[in-house]
Amino acid sequence: MLNYAIKRLGLAVVIVSVAMTLLFSMIYLIPGDPASVALGPRATPEMVAALRARMGLDQPVWVQFWNFYSGAWTGDLGIEVLSNRPVLTVVMEQLPFTLALIAGGITWSVALGIPLGCMAAVRRGSFADRLVGVLSVAVIAVPSFVVAIYALLIFAVALQWLPAIGAGEPGDLGDQLTHLILPSLAVGLGWVGYIARMVRASMLEVLEASHIRTARAFGLPERQITYRYALSIAILPTVTLLGIGIGQMLSSAVFAEIVFARPGIGKLVYDAILTRNYPLVTGAVLVTTVLFVVINVIADLIIGALDPRVRSGF
Amino acid sequence: MTVLAVSGLSVEFTTEGGTLQALRDVSFEVPERKIVGVVGESGCGKSTLINAILGLLADNGHVSAGEILFEGAQELTTLDPTSMRALRGERISTVFQDPMGALNPVLSVGRQMVNVQYRSGRSKAEKTARAVEMLQKVRIPDAEKAVNRYPHEFSGGMKQRIAIAMALMMEPALLIADEPTTALDATLEVATIELLKELQEEIGCSVLFISHHLGVIAELCDEVIVMYAGEVVERGDVRDIFNDPRHPYAHRLLDCDPARQKGLVRHLPTIPGEIPDLRARPEGCIFRPRCHRAEARCTETPPEIVVSPGHMARCWVAEVPERAEAAR
Amino acid sequence: MSEAVSEPPAEVGTFRRTMRRLLREPLGVFGLSLVILVVGAAVFADLLASAEPSRISPRDRFLPPSADHLMGTDQLGRDLFARVLHGGRIALLVAVGSTVVSLLIGIVLGLIAGYGPRWLDNILILVFDALKSFPTVMLALALVTLFGPSLTAVVVVVILVNVPGYARIIRTQTIALKSSEYVTAAQSMGASPARILRVHVLPNVVGPIVILASMDIPVVIAIEAGMSFLGLGVRPPTPSWGAILNDGFANIRESAWIVIAGGVPIILTTLGFTFLGETLRDVFDPRLKGRG
Repeated sequence: MLNYAIKRLGLAVVIVSVAMTLLFSMIYLIPGDPASVALGPRATPEMVAALRARMGLDQPVWVQFWNFYSGAWTGDLGIEVLSNRPVLTVVMEQLPFTLALIAGGITWSVALGIPLGCMAAVRRGSFADRLVGVLSVAVIAVPSFVVAIYALLIFAVALQWLPAIGAGEPGDLGDQLTHLILPSLAVGLGWVGYIARMVRASMLEVLEASHIRTARAFGLPERQITYRYALSIAILPTVTLLGIGIGQMLSSAVFAEIVFARPGIGKLVYDAILTRNYPLVTGAVLVTTVLFVVINVIADLIIGALDPRVRSGF
Repeated sequence: MTVLAVSGLSVEFTTEGGTLQALRDVSFEVPERKIVGVVGESGCGKSTLINAILGLLADNGHVSAGEILFEGAQELTTLDPTSMRALRGERISTVFQDPMGALNPVLSVGRQMVNVQYRSGRSKAEKTARAVEMLQKVRIPDAEKAVNRYPHEFSGGMKQRIAIAMALMMEPALLIADEPTTALDATLEVATIELLKELQEEIGCSVLFISHHLGVIAELCDEVIVMYAGEVVERGDVRDIFNDPRHPYAHRLLDCDPARQKGLVRHLPTIPGEIPDLRARPEGCIFRPRCHRAEARCTETPPEIVVSPGHMARCWVAEVPERAEAAR
Repeated sequence: MSEAVSEPPAEVGTFRRTMRRLLREPLGVFGLSLVILVVGAAVFADLLASAEPSRISPRDRFLPPSADHLMGTDQLGRDLFARVLHGGRIALLVAVGSTVVSLLIGIVLGLIAGYGPRWLDNILILVFDALKSFPTVMLALALVTLFGPSLTAVVVVVILVNVPGYARIIRTQTIALKSSEYVTAAQSMGASPARILRVHVLPNVVGPIVILASMDIPVVIAIEAGMSFLGLGVRPPTPSWGAILNDGFANIRESAWIVIAGGVPIILTTLGFTFLGETLRDVFDPRLKGRG
């Protein structure tokens, strides 16, 4: 297990390095000078030069790259020019909101997707199975931001059941949860479909396996066979899928945060782009990328923990 | 006493191409403390027979005629699912062919063996102790630790012995063994067979042993059933069948067994032709299209001819042994 | 089901057979009708909507749907029906155009990775993995800082999102073909790598990837609409479904018809292409089932 974890982590480090290189070349290619952009048109050349020096833009490319690269590994993502605070601090303040949103999305998708997929597999070929199939494809196809806007229109504006904007009163957990319902539905709805399809497919495969036949031949209760013997295996691919899913939910979260005017990384990056606050953009993109890679590693490690075959295979 | 009495059993499957008769008029008995072997080519209905006994036929299959009487009391084809389930694992248990896939990969061996005892009313500790005891009986080394391991940590032969331990844990009246040694190599096969025989005598159960390996059948079984295309073509004492087969198919099958070839042969004998399409059974004897002894009357369904007490063959010419006919 | 599996989809007989099978699937018929509806509306936008999509008319601001304005008007008094139809043009052009470009790049890179030297393969795979490790929206946002909000930015995002997947599939198939007997035979006859790739490899790998790419069309439409919704894609006054949604979102409480006009076409189009694609894939090649 340890060996497997080390290998998997090593790969993650390499991927993050390459991603950082891509990101750096992207910033470097940005037309215009970030310093003069940040200071606005009325800045004097002296002011621009001073800021350039502070941002390290007067150094040769490879020095800039090294500074960016070594800084990033130690958590130094530079200074956010407007508020003069470390980028990492600003990003980390917003991160919990986004994570809560994604956790909500996962809750929706798992809570609906696993039972639906399981039911579809057990009642294979029934009307319910076909309905779940069509609905799964439909919710996967519809873009999450459209879901977000229409959820807002229906449940917050027309019916007024749930609050439309914000993240709720700090400290009031109930209020925060109510504010989480609609945005997290928008984030998780598509994944209900993915998970239902995945669980259905792998359940069907597992239910055909000979150990399930053995379990039946031993007269085990059908419930135990479905949930203990079959679902515990059928759930494994879903965990990997969720690893990828969290990354895509990060994307949906950006839209949900903007539509529901919630604080979070997505809103942060969006606002930073509109104000051309580039160090904040790169910092936030880097943090989410690292987050994404880490989540995928965790998903793989969970698979290793759940499936005794995987961990000894490495 | 007869543990299992199958009489006139027919099983049909509804497929896209029409109704498929997988078993037709199958009758045989498994006496107490005896091992009954079932032989036949693949596709002869061996698996359907097992599934029919266990009540695990696929959704498109059903018993169209006949009955399966278990321990002289319960009729399995009409038994309700709950009582059927209660029998499985408790009074009838099964060892399947594929030792690699027969155990659940994500549950420890001990956990699976404990789960099987869920109707026993034993405490958790007693169930675990019973699991360890059974593992020791099938000679799994270090049984106390082995219960916590996962299936993939055992070799193929060990997995099959674990499957046997699991099947015999509740001391069933009938053990169904579906080609339990086919996936193992020859030396393991002998060891597994010996173990199975030993445990069968100790527990005193009957065994329905399915195999296409004639050597294993001859070694292990008391009685033999020869199946062809879903029908029992011949059955009887193991010595009768092997020394004096009367059905032409049984005769050919024995001829094809490489182990029975005397001296060196260039080509192993084969049976010409193919198993008939079970959706459109030929009239009369099922083996007629491939039979070299076919006669005019073979277009009518042959009767079950008693060759000697307990030795039956479903063939018009069963009274005359093939060798005698050849000599004539 | 299996007889059509190995045949290339372009054959006429296969095409007829495929269509016949498709028309037997209710979901496929539903998807096809939606796609025909959307494509038809986009093609005949000028005929169907008499109004000019970008003409501002301050007197007609926020008019609810009526006989004059089938879908109402927006905050600048523009006719939403005309904007929706013309927005469909943009959406489809961007979707098809950027998918074709991604396909070409993906095929070339995939062939290089699969047939080229080992070190190049390793580097390409690493870059693909790294690109895949950016969440899509983050990649889009970072790229907009580079290109500024524009159609170009949308196309580049689509390419960066799609190419790694296409290239990986092509690469795997190329590697499988590389060791096949007829490629080895061609090599021994002294055929150049370019010729081997063009004559022996390309025709074998192109079929499935085109099916897969056409199934990504709804994703691309979603990317364009999403970026335009954020104001990072198509620039005003060019009509775009995402931009209409953005206009409507600002006035969602008072004039809900604007978000309805912007969102419903997106839903219908993505559903139509997805249902059609899913059915076609099942009909063409059951082996591709369950991808993703």
